Amino acid sequence: MTITEVSVSLTINGRAVSVPQGTSLLAACESIGIETPTLCWAENLTPVNVCRVCVVEVEGSRALVPSCARAAEENMVVHTESPRVRHSRKMVLEFLGSSTDLSQASDLAVWMRHYQADPNRYGQTDVPAERIVEEPKVQDDLYVRDYDKCVLCYKCVEACGDDAQHTYAIAVSGRGFNSRISTEFDTVLPDSACVYCGNCIGVCPTGAIQFKTEFDMRAVGDWRPESQDVTTTVCSFCGVGCNLELHTQDNKIVKVTSPADHSVTHGHLCIKGRFGWQYVQPPTVSPRD
Amino acid sequence: MVLLWGSNAREAHPIYFHHVLKGLDNGTKMYAVDPRRTSSTKFADAWLGLNVGTDIALANAVGREIIAADLHNKEFIAHATQGFEQYQAAVEEYTLENTETITGVPAEAIREMAHVYAAAGTAQILWTLGITEHHNAVENVLSLCNLALLTGHVGRWGSGLVPLRGQNNVQGGGDMGSLPNKFPGFQDIGDPTAQAKFEATYGMRLPAKPGLHLTLMFEAMERGEIKGLYVIGENPADSEADVAHARKVLSGLDILVVQDILMTRTARSADVVLPAAVGWAESEGTVTSSERRVQRVRPAVSPPGLARQDTDIIGDLANRLGVDWGNPTPQELWDELRSLSPMHAGMSWERLESAGGLQWPCRDLEDPGSPFLHGWLWAEDLEGREPAPFSVCQHEGPKEKLSAEFPLRLTTGRALDSYNTGVQSGGFASPIRYGDSIDINPTDAHALGLADGQRVRVCSPRGSIETKVRIQPDIPVGLTFTTFHFPELIDVNQLTNPEWDRRSGTAEFKAAAIRIEHLHSNGAKPMTDDPALDLERTTEPANG
Amino acid sequence: MADLFIGDDLADDIEIAAVAAAVGATNTVVHAGERLVYGGTQRRRDHRHLLLPALHALQNAKGWISPGGLNHVCTLLQVPPAEAYGVATFYEMFRLDEPDYGPGVSHVTHVCVDAACQIAGSRELIAELEASGAQVHRSPCLGQCERPPAQFHQGIGRPDLVPADFAAGGAGLGGSPTEKIPQQGDPSLRLLRNVGVVDPTSLEAYRANGGYQALDRAIAMGADAVCSAVAGSGLSGRGGAAFPTGIKWRAVAAEQGRPKHVVANCDESEPGTFKDRVVMENDPFAVIESLTLAGFATGAENGWIYIRGEYPLATARLQNAVNQAQDAGLLGSNAAGSGQRFDIEIRRGAGAYICGEETALFASLEGFRGEPRSKPPFPTTHGLFSEPTAINNPETLINTLDIVLYGAEQYRRRGTERSPGTKLLCVSGRVTKPGVYEVEFGVSLGEVLALAGPLTGSGRLAAVLMGGAAGSFVGPDALDLPLTLEDTRERGTTLGSGVIMAFTDEIDMTAVALRIAEFFRNESCGQCVPCRVGTVRQHETMLQLQTAGGLGAKRRKLIEDISQVMVDASICGLGHTAASAINSAFDLGLLPGGRNDDN
Ligand SMILES: Cc1cc2nc3c(=O)[nH]c(=O)nc-3n(C[C@H](O)[C@H](O)[C@H](O)COP(=O)(O)O)c2cc1C
Ligand code: SF4
Ligand code: SF4
Ligand code: FES
Ligand code: FES
Repeated sequence: MTITEVSVSLTINGRAVSVPQGTSLLAACESIGIETPTLCWAENLTPVNVCRVCVVEVEGSRALVPSCARAAEENMVVHTESPRVRHSRKMVLEFLGSSTDLSQASDLAVWMRHYQADPNRYGQTDVPAERIVEEPKVQDDLYVRDYDKCVLCYKCVEACGDDAQHTYAIAVSGRGFNSRISTEFDTVLPDSACVYCGNCIGVCPTGAIQFKTEFDMRAVGDWRPESQDVTTTVCSFCGVGCNLELHTQDNKIVKVTSPADHSVTHGHLCIKGRFGWQYVQPPTVSPRD
Repeated sequence: MVLLWGSNAREAHPIYFHHVLKGLDNGTKMYAVDPRRTSSTKFADAWLGLNVGTDIALANAVGREIIAADLHNKEFIAHATQGFEQYQAAVEEYTLENTETITGVPAEAIREMAHVYAAAGTAQILWTLGITEHHNAVENVLSLCNLALLTGHVGRWGSGLVPLRGQNNVQGGGDMGSLPNKFPGFQDIGDPTAQAKFEATYGMRLPAKPGLHLTLMFEAMERGEIKGLYVIGENPADSEADVAHARKVLSGLDILVVQDILMTRTARSADVVLPAAVGWAESEGTVTSSERRVQRVRPAVSPPGLARQDTDIIGDLANRLGVDWGNPTPQELWDELRSLSPMHAGMSWERLESAGGLQWPCRDLEDPGSPFLHGWLWAEDLEGREPAPFSVCQHEGPKEKLSAEFPLRLTTGRALDSYNTGVQSGGFASPIRYGDSIDINPTDAHALGLADGQRVRVCSPRGSIETKVRIQPDIPVGLTFTTFHFPELIDVNQLTNPEWDRRSGTAEFKAAAIRIEHLHSNGAKPMTDDPALDLERTTEPANG
Repeated sequence: MADLFIGDDLADDIEIAAVAAAVGATNTVVHAGERLVYGGTQRRRDHRHLLLPALHALQNAKGWISPGGLNHVCTLLQVPPAEAYGVATFYEMFRLDEPDYGPGVSHVTHVCVDAACQIAGSRELIAELEASGAQVHRSPCLGQCERPPAQFHQGIGRPDLVPADFAAGGAGLGGSPTEKIPQQGDPSLRLLRNVGVVDPTSLEAYRANGGYQALDRAIAMGADAVCSAVAGSGLSGRGGAAFPTGIKWRAVAAEQGRPKHVVANCDESEPGTFKDRVVMENDPFAVIESLTLAGFATGAENGWIYIRGEYPLATARLQNAVNQAQDAGLLGSNAAGSGQRFDIEIRRGAGAYICGEETALFASLEGFRGEPRSKPPFPTTHGLFSEPTAINNPETLINTLDIVLYGAEQYRRRGTERSPGTKLLCVSGRVTKPGVYEVEFGVSLGEVLALAGPLTGSGRLAAVLMGGAAGSFVGPDALDLPLTLEDTRERGTTLGSGVIMAFTDEIDMTAVALRIAEFFRNESCGQCVPCRVGTVRQHETMLQLQTAGGLGAKRRKLIEDISQVMVDASICGLGHTAASAINSAFDLGLLPGGRNDDN
């Protein structure tokens, strides 16, 4: 994105704001301390603006606009707390909660309470609300895909494809409510194009894609985020200088991410950086023993 | 424009390659020069598959074509370079036609690449071991530097020469003086000012004569001039060219001390093993990446058992040898370096923390660091330096020529999910690791009557190993390839050529002559697997 | 080019030949020599748009897209297999699992289950066909609502066809102008003047009846004058959104320095709409001429026709027209002597209503999933291949012929001040003479129904669906409604794509509304949450309405809440309009009344 020095002035919730041209409405809101829920947006990915949880009202625009993707314009008048905005955000959260397993999407839980979303008001005994039902795909020792947690935010597809890895092992398949993230013909990952960079894990907001270590530890009730530390260091495997965030619990590395704002990685790693730490210590638990 | 030359960055430097890909998405053109059609080359607008070891001929032909088409940057050449006339004369014989014969690359493609490179607004040449693991490595590099000088694609934002480093801190190692002829910060050993400065700070006299690099050390060991060896974090018993010989030399030492995080093959044959902490996950310190970016590493977990920090072990050792170095923190050691190495002077511990890394040279606290080098070439007065010299480099080809006995070329490289000798990357179960094998073109496989997956014997003038065949259409006829990640399975370094480049000390890993033999059902013994090395973390010092 | 991973499955000779015929055997991204291989990002991008034709070829060859076939196409076009699979599974006409048809099955019969056919016995037809052993696929509107229940045969190893075309004697190209439209012979017809009168397969016949005079005139006037005339005529888009055509053309004409495109949006999938089909089948040269005219006016060199996959006859006739125009120099490097290059490529959709939405159409044509893109940026600057594009409905396009020939003023003599000209209406449902009608803007709804009348069924009008599934119902009290853009808007309804579907009072409107809800659920691309989940929740609530015979207060509130978020927060027009017909049905009391309980 080219953010030039030219700035634009707009009004958000009655307050005058001035931001550099090219700034998204989301960032403009943030600049004056207005928090906005987001799901499909990430700073290291191209906005796809599909989840619509970040919508705001722009005067003169018939429909609400996604704040993550729309740039601020001169003299825009924006509302983030209007009844229409609150209604849409609440409904998007309810829709997702009524169709997918959000139990590991901790950020969303906060917003659900904020907008008093009630996913249980859909469906009746005669016609139940349809949910996404998928078995976890455990196809190797590195990561697990559990698509009943998938909100179709497209982040993993972008990270696997044009925004980082350019491997294109997964894409959205099907249409409408039957859309799923999938390999070709749903082949298992080891037989697909996947090169196990794990960048999909890094961006997934709901835990639909997660480290096998995390999956196994959760299975035995031993995943304790509150007692985890994150240490930033540098990967040892080649000379590029990727920053790693080592997540540790009980003096063990349990997963690895990279800071999205790091100029070398932009949050993306390769198989060695993501999974190569295991020689430092063997994996923590194996529920299959 | 990107000229990817002898580098499979897609697999060896995947995150760096993300940046290249972004460029390609935005319309950058890429030409890839490599004997193999690697995954990196598959992103290129054109792949030029040259014969192994003919890089200089190709580079010279590109240079000749640029001059012949009058596309060279005459102003830049006059301003910032010297030796152009000699260069021009030297490349004269590398016509497109001659070079097609030498390299196997169609003349038209060489012409096209030369024109695109010369005409580009900005252009970079990227290379890795495909250029440097040859007996004439330095000449290879210089022949590419000539192209940058010819076109002015150097010393400017977006243009330049980019050697990609294979390890997280090779750059840092050199910066810190782990070179036989340099003090930290690339100050010359023997230079009186530098010598005096370091002696004053270290409080002792320092040898004024360069030491030996690894290959010379092995020669000295062989001659019995070196009797003891202290190895820190290296595995020469697996990684040296002609390893059988290297192992013999190591076993003839009076004492071998190995300080490592894992029980490597070298450690197993050591008299003393000093278990160490993992640098990037268990220690405090810095590393320096390919782009000269110094970044902090931090401990996330504590080392197991009796493993200790490298600095502690070395300090203790010094103590036992009768010097007291105290107990300096990593930050204190870093500050000492800053006081001695001007190019690091501006990199305070705090700045490294807050800026998330700085690129040297960074001379004072205000200096933002240097995203690229050689900007002086464009300065009015060249900042008082000598103009950059063109180098005359002549094509030689690999030392080991193909013969009736050894008719195939063997070259080596990396795979995405593995790393160097496999000591570390062996620690996780990669679903995409395909194991030990030798890649061969379908045509050659057919001629030799080989099937995919068949086990064979591979022989070079030095030795032979057993492995399985992987038929790969991406390998040109006459060439074979294997990774060097499975030393215990496919001891490829028994085959590679220990002829090394006298200037860089790098062996010719990239070009051996081999033949492939069928295993006979009788006679040939099944390969006795080296007992799989147990690479569990060492926790006990094996004290001899 | 990329380091793609292609699995081990191989295509067979039939598949390889079919793909070669569709995209050209040598049309591959990678040009491989032993020591020199050309490829690269640009070549890969340049070939991606061949994916959809290649998938069509595979589907047609075998009746499904096999893993080997997909691998073959992916290798040729350097498309990642996961992406190609994602594209293929987006479309109704493609199967990705091996069908268990018995031997000798030559086609799958698609039977329309949308409103006009639903009330004309499609369910019974399906039962009958299935009993006879036919392979039946339940399809959304097939664009033949005037001859319900509609069928379409998707061929396996042989061309697709529409049985009704044979009944009418009009299949293939050899046929003469056999289509009978209700207003045949009416001298006041403008848009339909050639239909049923001029041989649609002959350029000569088209020219003999005044064809290509408009293009000649346009070239004589110059591009700028043509844009002015179109703007001055007040012509607005006939695809549904009624955007002023002149503004669109001007915007594209003003773009300089990048390749430009004009696209005829012939996807026609709005339930109840079939006018474009009638025009394309019976006056294909008018579509080609007007698209060429649009290219000339906007300075675009590339013309595209994106036509829905279920229109084999229209496709064949358009292709024939393109070929003849090419041979006559009316297309090509100096199209019609304009001094400008103009070529037309025809692309078939593969069964996806959403691909009629302009940005989804671009994505589909480019070889991606037919998912709409966010606007802004608009197609006039970032259209097909992200290049400036004017996209129009074919009815919009053919209007420009008269405008150029006779001038804006003359054009404005018909219709009203704010809705000038004539309009094609697709009249279907319970009327005696369903079909396409051309009327001046401003005639009343009652007059149109009278033209097609009398009503059949009970003969008592219950409601009229205006503008299709994306439109709304009006009641018998709306017969006086003047059919103009402004009057319909004021009455809270729409002309949309010109659908007038009549329902009489014996019809179970709950079933009709339920089917509309199901239509949107099936056709949502699934990209955005409000529409992907909202259309499902809306459909479920309508199912509850059907089973419970009414909705309590909570469910009515749900219907409102769902509708509100779809209107407010969806990305595209599909989500924006997915609740509109159902809301209007509630408002008109067409559905069982509210219940007093809380549910
Ligand atoms: C869901 C949806 C489906 C559409 N289908 C069609 C279609 O089949 N044909 C068409 O011409 N326009 C269709 N449109 C409208 C197009 O997006 C676009 O407005 C039109 O092609 C512009 O041409 P016009 O200005 O000539 O009407 C559709 C819109 C939406 C939202
Ligand atoms: S798997 Fe995760 S990242 Fe991918 S689309 Fe689903 S929720 Fe988003
Ligand atoms: S509104 Fe519906 S059809 Fe349109 S983009 Fe969203 S999900 Fe797709
Ligand atoms: S976060 Fe903006 S649309 Fe998803
Ligand atoms: S063809 Fe059946 S409703 Fe249109």
